[in-house]
Amino acid sequence: MDYADSDPGTAGRSVPPLAVPAPRRAADGMPPITSTKIVVSGGFGVGKTTLVGSVSEIEPLTTESVMTVMSEATDRLDGLPDKVTTTVALDFGRVTLESDLVLYLFGTPGQGRFQFMWDDLVRGAVGAVVLVDTRRIEECFPAVDYFERSGMPFVVAINTFDGAPVYPVQDLRDALSLRPETPLIACDARDRQSSANALATLVMHALQMATR
Amino acid sequence: MAADDGGRSTVGGRSARVRPYALTRGRTRYSHVLSVETLVTTLDCDEADAAAGVVDVARLETGRSDMPEVRAIIELCRGVRSVAEVSALLDLPLGVVRVLIGDLANQGRISVYQTAGDGDGPDRALLERLLGGLRRL
Repeated sequence: MDYADSDPGTAGRSVPPLAVPAPRRAADGMPPITSTKIVVSGGFGVGKTTLVGSVSEIEPLTTESVMTVMSEATDRLDGLPDKVTTTVALDFGRVTLESDLVLYLFGTPGQGRFQFMWDDLVRGAVGAVVLVDTRRIEECFPAVDYFERSGMPFVVAINTFDGAPVYPVQDLRDALSLRPETPLIACDARDRQSSANALATLVMHALQMATR
Repeated sequence: MAADDGGRSTVGGRSARVRPYALTRGRTRYSHVLSVETLVTTLDCDEADAAAGVVDVARLETGRSDMPEVRAIIELCRGVRSVAEVSALLDLPLGVVRVLIGDLANQGRISVYQTAGDGDGPDRALLERLLGGLRRL
């Protein structure tokens, strides 16, 4: 579970609706509002909710989804993992970029066994930011693998924790076996500008991929 | 828990999680495209609408027999909300909220907005607007 770095508590109870006019009657017609989403992934406690919260206009909220995932342990003779049902918490935030354009940011549990959920969550997403803590680089591997296989645009952002070791960029790229085209950036998830910059880097990468 | 609610707690109560799909009579499917970021909003219907023939009387009758969870969704979505917000703010699992919102949409009581990902994902024009918006933050 990915609860440790996320405790929105009851702060979200008074979360205001979008600051857009809502049609009261079907006959009023729907004002065009577009919503889209970016996924923030990475290992446990890497700062996903921190990044979401630094950009979001609302306190991050938590929604729960019941889903089927691979069981961690396996007793089966054929060596295939069992499927189990579990409840997974997703933290998310919202930012209204224009009066008719709303971006949702979803922090997803990064453990490999939650990948079943990702297919459903990432469908239709702009792409993903994979956060990395250089003290535990290996924890982002499942997320990097997943997004490479899915063909979805993603960027890798090194969350600059105080005291975390700093490595040369090429060493990090090698350690992560990143493809040359995948952007690797530094990001301070606590800082709004830095987090917004990571998201902007992802959107630029998505635009480049759309061109090819 | 109130004694007269048939074992279903109020919205946000713990027992709503024990058998969440009891609220949807076991159904897990929904007919509209309801992603986590899909926006929805409540459409009013009252006696005046029924009298004017704008909505049929059956829809009004449906509204009178709503479960508390459904009433809570209707109330919350008087503003524009995403499916994920409805789930989080009412403390109901995402899957349950999708089924209930799908029902309300089928009954014409909630409007479902299109999302950027409904087709093949966000197009270039949307990505450009997104980039502009993020750079202004």
